[in-house]
Amino acid sequence: MAGTTIARDPVRDRARRRARDRSTRAGYAFLSPWLLGFFGLTAGPMIASLYLSFTDYNLFTAPTFIGFENYQRLLTDTNFAQAAKVTALYVVFGTPVKLAAALAVAMLLHNSRRGQGFYRSAYYLPSLIGGSVSIAIVWKAMFIDDGIVAQIGQVFGGSPAADGGWVGDPGRTLPMLILLTVWQFGAPMVIFLAGLKQVPTEMYEAAEVDGAGPVRRFWNITIPLLSPVLFFNLLLETIHAFQIFNSAFIISNGSGGPAQSTLFYTLYLYFRGFRDFQMGYASAMAWVLVIVVGLISLLLFRSSKSWVHYSGDDK
Amino acid sequence: MSLATATPQTERRQQSARLRRRARTARGGRSILFHLFALAVLVVILYPAVWMFMSSFKPSNDIIGSVSLVPTDGGFQNYAKALEGIGGVSFWTFVVNSLILAVGSVVGILLSCSFAAYAFARVKFRGRSVFFVCMIATMLLPFHVVIIPQYIVFNNLGMINTYWPLLLGKFLATESFFVFLMIQFIRGLPRELDEAAVIDGAGHPRIFFSIILPLMKPALVTSAIFAFIWSWNDFFGPLLYLKEPSMYTMPLALRLYVDQTSTSDYGAQMAMAILALLPVLLFFFAFQRQLVGGVATQGLKG
Repeated sequence: MAGTTIARDPVRDRARRRARDRSTRAGYAFLSPWLLGFFGLTAGPMIASLYLSFTDYNLFTAPTFIGFENYQRLLTDTNFAQAAKVTALYVVFGTPVKLAAALAVAMLLHNSRRGQGFYRSAYYLPSLIGGSVSIAIVWKAMFIDDGIVAQIGQVFGGSPAADGGWVGDPGRTLPMLILLTVWQFGAPMVIFLAGLKQVPTEMYEAAEVDGAGPVRRFWNITIPLLSPVLFFNLLLETIHAFQIFNSAFIISNGSGGPAQSTLFYTLYLYFRGFRDFQMGYASAMAWVLVIVVGLISLLLFRSSKSWVHYSGDDK
Repeated sequence: MSLATATPQTERRQQSARLRRRARTARGGRSILFHLFALAVLVVILYPAVWMFMSSFKPSNDIIGSVSLVPTDGGFQNYAKALEGIGGVSFWTFVVNSLILAVGSVVGILLSCSFAAYAFARVKFRGRSVFFVCMIATMLLPFHVVIIPQYIVFNNLGMINTYWPLLLGKFLATESFFVFLMIQFIRGLPRELDEAAVIDGAGHPRIFFSIILPLMKPALVTSAIFAFIWSWNDFFGPLLYLKEPSMYTMPLALRLYVDQTSTSDYGAQMAMAILALLPVLLFFFAFQRQLVGGVATQGLKG
């Protein structure tokens, strides 16, 4: 931009250029740790794993190029299909339930000033500890054998626990892990609450005067005005859900069982890469995950244009 | 505000005042209902945590299948057993290992992320917007795509079973969450401060160290708390890189403990699980405001 001025002032020009150079130098100096990390630990390894995904590599002998064979094998790998299925079910059922719980509780808390801070903090606690090994162990102890969950279930007329309880029942391990993620609704709830604070109360009053009931007010005011926050939560929680590992690993004792019912995508990737040392195959799995998560993010961003309203928009 | 003209607007205002009054009288009854409901949610939410805590004082055969929260007579024997250590490695070794990694993570993240955040938020240079997009993209990237090549490189460098692979990224600002949090904070600081400093002849290093960094304290505190807790709870990284029990962190030790003790020894497992969570809980009680506030601002600006 500086170069296009017609009446050039060489002294001023040089001073400006020098200032810009200094700024550029400072920028790259401050950014240097990040740049090293980005190229050395993120971008570089990404390219490397893309290459590895076309090879057969066991960490001990040099990688041999095999073209698309890893990807072709994925298509016929029944374990891979199982991992994809379990993970998809977890994402599709866990995320909406968790967000619905978060939104419902946030709206409840928002309407009452007294005690809000206390409840907000208390409800947030599970989000902070839910991913830990400790909680996975507790979860397992609660659901295993004739544990408290089975007992409470029997009070409500449930059938007595089979051997191993929920933990040993392939049909119940996924609901058990979904419950664990729903239990951690606190973090999205806090974000919803912050978003609700931005909604002007006059809007609700005006709508109430105009005779809109609570349901209409929810769909026509709360949801549109909260849509940016809803989008943010949906995107983050979805991406997060794809990467579940700790709880499944601990609860299944590092096996993905029973009957592969907790063989989540990342678990299977871990088995292939770090137990069987099939680095090429695991890399192909990693890239499939990146592409799937990328496509879903893209889809969410695309769809957001029709349902997310940013303040300042006309509608 | 004139009394004579009853425009639709003032009518509306009156109506809204009436509504507000009605709401106030209804609030008494609704408030009780609200607290009942909120407390019910609280009980469901905290039950597992409380159950875990109480179970740690029970004898093992009283835990599974016991809905009751009241300890029978276990006392502290579960804790005594948990503190004995595992396979000849002292319990305190795991604590120290976890502490080394957590403190290292905090230091690395505060340094590298505050530098990067300053560059993104306050310095103008070519390529900034491209790198900014890259930074945001890494927040959404599943990290599994980088662990295999990283593992291969660290393996070739002989760094398996050391803390280097776990700490290096922290010193190179790979955790975009913190960079983003700090950028948001710096953007909220008044620009006039920098401009005044520029007029006084200060360069970027001076502006950063003597103006921005001191003002960033709230963001640094929030980041430090999260960095500590996340490092403390991290399981996947240590699982990949740490092979010998003497190097294990608390979560790995906990897992080893569960594997080794007979499955019925739930009491000691609960005690160990509580001990592993203790620092996180202490941080939560001390800094809940910063933690919840950090999550709230992060989400709002997203």
